[in-house]
Amino acid sequence: MKPADFAPPFRASDYVAPPTDPENERIDVGVLIVGAGPGGLACAIRIGQLLDDAPEIRERLGEVPVVVLEKGKAPGSHLLSGAVVNPRSLRRLFKGRKRIEDMPFYGPVEHESVYFLTANRALRIPTPPTMQNDGNHVASLARLGRWLAEQAEESGAMLLPETPAHKLLIDGGRARGVRTGDKGRGRNGEELGNFEPGADVVARVTVLAEGTQGHLTGVALERFGLQSENPQVWALGVKEVWKVAKPLDRVIHTMGWPLRPQAKYREFGGSFIYPMGDDMVTLGMVVGLDYRDVELSVHDLLQELKTHTLVRGILEGGERVAWGAKTIPEGGFVSLPKQLHAPGLLICGDGAGMVNVPALKGIHYAIESGSLAAEAAFAALRRGETPWRPGALAAYDEAIRQSFIWKDLQQVRNMRQAFGRGFWLGGAFAGAMTASRGKFPPGNTRTERDSEQELLRTDRAKSYPAPDGKLTFDKLSSVFASGNKTRDDQPNHIVIRRDVPGEVAQLWERMCPAQVYEATGDGVDVTPSNCVQCGAITAKGGRLTPPEGGSGPEYTLT
Amino acid sequence: MATLVFLEHHGSELLKGGLGVLSKAASLGDDVSGIVIGSGVRGLADEAGKFGAARVYVADDAQLEAPLPQPRVDVLAQLVRDKGADSILFANSVLAADTAAGLAARLDAGLNWDLVDIARNDGKLVGTRPALQDSVYVEVGWTSQPRIALFRTGSFDPVASGGAVETEDVPVQLEDFSTGARMVEQAHAESEGPSIEEADVVVAGGRGLGGPENFTLVEGLAKALGGAVGATRAVVDAGWYPYSTQVGQTGKTVSPKLYVACGISGAIQHKVGMQGSGVIVAINKDPNAPIFDFSDLGVVGDVHQIVPKLTELVEQRKGQ
Amino acid sequence: MKIAVCVKHVPEGTKRIDPTTKRLDRGGEGALNPFDANAVEEALRLKQATGEGEVLVVSLGPAKAQDALRKALAMGADRAVLVTDDAAAGSDLVATSRALAQALERENADLVLFGQQGNDSDGAVLGAAVADRLRRPMVSQVAEVTHADGKLTVKRQTEFGYDVIETQLPAVVAVSDAINEPRYPSLKGIMGAKSKPQATLSADDLGLTAEVVGVGGSRTEVLELKAPPSRGESRKIEDDGSAAQAIIDFLTEKRLI
Repeated sequence: MKPADFAPPFRASDYVAPPTDPENERIDVGVLIVGAGPGGLACAIRIGQLLDDAPEIRERLGEVPVVVLEKGKAPGSHLLSGAVVNPRSLRRLFKGRKRIEDMPFYGPVEHESVYFLTANRALRIPTPPTMQNDGNHVASLARLGRWLAEQAEESGAMLLPETPAHKLLIDGGRARGVRTGDKGRGRNGEELGNFEPGADVVARVTVLAEGTQGHLTGVALERFGLQSENPQVWALGVKEVWKVAKPLDRVIHTMGWPLRPQAKYREFGGSFIYPMGDDMVTLGMVVGLDYRDVELSVHDLLQELKTHTLVRGILEGGERVAWGAKTIPEGGFVSLPKQLHAPGLLICGDGAGMVNVPALKGIHYAIESGSLAAEAAFAALRRGETPWRPGALAAYDEAIRQSFIWKDLQQVRNMRQAFGRGFWLGGAFAGAMTASRGKFPPGNTRTERDSEQELLRTDRAKSYPAPDGKLTFDKLSSVFASGNKTRDDQPNHIVIRRDVPGEVAQLWERMCPAQVYEATGDGVDVTPSNCVQCGAITAKGGRLTPPEGGSGPEYTLT
Repeated sequence: MATLVFLEHHGSELLKGGLGVLSKAASLGDDVSGIVIGSGVRGLADEAGKFGAARVYVADDAQLEAPLPQPRVDVLAQLVRDKGADSILFANSVLAADTAAGLAARLDAGLNWDLVDIARNDGKLVGTRPALQDSVYVEVGWTSQPRIALFRTGSFDPVASGGAVETEDVPVQLEDFSTGARMVEQAHAESEGPSIEEADVVVAGGRGLGGPENFTLVEGLAKALGGAVGATRAVVDAGWYPYSTQVGQTGKTVSPKLYVACGISGAIQHKVGMQGSGVIVAINKDPNAPIFDFSDLGVVGDVHQIVPKLTELVEQRKGQ
Repeated sequence: MKIAVCVKHVPEGTKRIDPTTKRLDRGGEGALNPFDANAVEEALRLKQATGEGEVLVVSLGPAKAQDALRKALAMGADRAVLVTDDAAAGSDLVATSRALAQALERENADLVLFGQQGNDSDGAVLGAAVADRLRRPMVSQVAEVTHADGKLTVKRQTEFGYDVIETQLPAVVAVSDAINEPRYPSLKGIMGAKSKPQATLSADDLGLTAEVVGVGGSRTEVLELKAPPSRGESRKIEDDGSAAQAIIDFLTEKRLI
């Protein structure tokens, strides 16, 4: 049995429509960017720079030349990553205007260690070349996002938080903009007293920078036939931020325990532990969603990880101050869309799957792709050109192919898939790939959908630690720690089949870090207000869509 | 005069809140006076004496009949100007809060509100107020006199201590703006029971009840105890009970004297809505339910058995 | 009718107390006090009912309180006034009510509205204090407002039920959170808020000297932080048939019945 056997009743066409608001009620903007993450904000900042030197174009774009829509409460609220950031894209974006020292990083990486863990030991192993972090900086993506948002506003962009993009507006074969989500609907979709319908936001160029499992990104890829032959696959990361008593002096990655190496389990991943200044540490567990065991729970694996002597020692005397979860696209090069643009539309960042899995890097690709999208959009807005002429935005794809994003992803393209053969064999393949700079193996390994993996059951849950409220925590108190206080009386935003067999229901119950799903006697119950919009459900048999604007976590330190 | 205590009345009775504050003030060893303001209220003065007032000021005038704050500010301000006062204390109510605040503005006097205690430390009067959903207590003071204090409902129980009391009538002279608001129709005591935020007792039900039909058990116990009914997010989501009764992070925050949790696990989303309750009694069949970590009396057992029996016993006790 | 709504910018998310100042940490994200949204909503409804008039929002706070004012403008208010001055930081009720009253005197609104309380201080007191300084009639905890013939008829929510009270204008009203469901600003409203008039006033502009604002103008102080009293011993029993009686005994012991 596999989750793909119970596909959700989701139709991308439900989220595509022409503009329906009367023309004078539509919101008319120049460049519309969906998502205030590193990709979207970099795009806004870069466009602002280009418009500064081209006032006549800015004039022609109207009252609102650049707008960024964000579904979270504020920029940063839905941003979560490790993170160790490669600063090259930020240097290019802010060349001559800001230095890395001006940006809210927690310091350059000075030392790093990689460990192979067993239940009782931590064996230091040499840092694989793909994971070297020289010259990179530790960051909280939520915090970096808030800073980038300030820069974007200063560059002239209008930021609209609590505003999800619900439908993609397509007319005459071209992207016209998006329709924003309604507010004030009740549990059954009924209009409440303060119901406020969404609005059509029409633009000359629409940039989708929605991040992992981007709602309209998925819709657009399907609608315009841009998907790769290799389906995208994801990992789920669950992390915490802790105040600690003694500073951590290095960036740490671990592999091995608590994941199982045998190929049949398909448990690919590991953990990261990064210092955030002298008094905080962030740690997380990342596991590929192609795992097969119904009892696997990444949140609980993180709790288990903390009981290891190595980790316990780091957290001694400290206290948890944040928690969160988010998926990471792991298909890499082979899963990139065939094309990253359509008439009037550009796609950036994690939404397109621009993540270097072995290096655990995606933020600098998002920023670079945002800058390149801005440059392509700008070129298409000059006199004599229309952004929706087929091919007008092709310069974007060209630029991506010429960039380091393409080169890096191509080099590591088969590494993730190798680990489908288990940890040891995968490791051997990975070594060979690195040594040959991606020339071995030739060609591209295929990917399989996460939801197509046959389920199996072990008694894995037996060893999850019982939450003690000090070192280990249950899911509900973790959802609370994410700042989530979603309004209860609103429609369920998760598209899913409720009448599924026990195996699938239990898979979802364990999978979800926010305890949204509960296996009942005859299927699954859903508590959508717990949802932190990590996107795991979309990988494993359901479909996440954005709830009412402002819902979900309010991350600040993740 | 050291301390003046505002004594609110309803109908022909002084409210317990003011009498509690009066008892507390008396216990601090101050020279305590009470003040009763209304129409036809002279008879209430004796009651005040029983609870610690050395004297009671009476402002009795037809213009003061309706429970409106601004005329009371005029009377109090005048009294303080005539006789002086170090502290003026109020037990919280809609009327008291407005009166205390108006008085603070009139006299340019400091007002600390939501206090749960007051004490004299090294001769200085210090109040204690909860903050951050009662998770921390803050000690607050005044930098000048008179000091005005507004105490949280139910902070002090009235303690009978005093005896006979002297009464003194005070002049009533109202500002013209104070009579700008006019009572057209005064409320009568609610017969349906208190609202969940004002109730002294809340009996709440969660998923452990098993089904919406079992909310009758919760209602029965609430009625017997004279309290309001509450519900958790889970049962409201499931449609068992209305959202207006939801207690918790995305519902209401309550701090009654007694909170009885029936079939409630006690997840933090619920806890933050009721952790400030005076006494928490929890009934749940799961011995590991988190609610047992913060309840005063935890009962591991079946709500369907325990609640009806408890209701019966309460009714018997009240009948006696 | 000219309506002035007093609003406050309050900290958002998990609130914490700064251990050095012992006051609420207002450094992080903030937003319009949710209770004030009810007041803004009521003002907009009253204006819509008569079809004419003006709704202005007034706030005393740091520069970033502009965010709260902008939200009110996005909902539909016509203009905003921010009284902001470093000297006014740390103002208690006495100082705050004085500053607000000064700003409101200049506006001479027919109706001044307040929300039920600040969700940071939980005090339902500011309206009454300001009303006294403005020398205007005042009603609080108002759950319904009807405006006719230059008068307001309101329903006041008290411990004993609803009173019906009538007041002449000009008046001050503090609305209860039961009065309405505040509207969500439309996208057009949010985008248009930036271009609505927003004035800034300093203490000087209002003729307020250093002695009457901020900490100097306050009459209360924060002394210490303490842990709340522990709940005391927690008892746990298993029902053997006598749990109901055990609960009664416990409640009797605690003098709750």
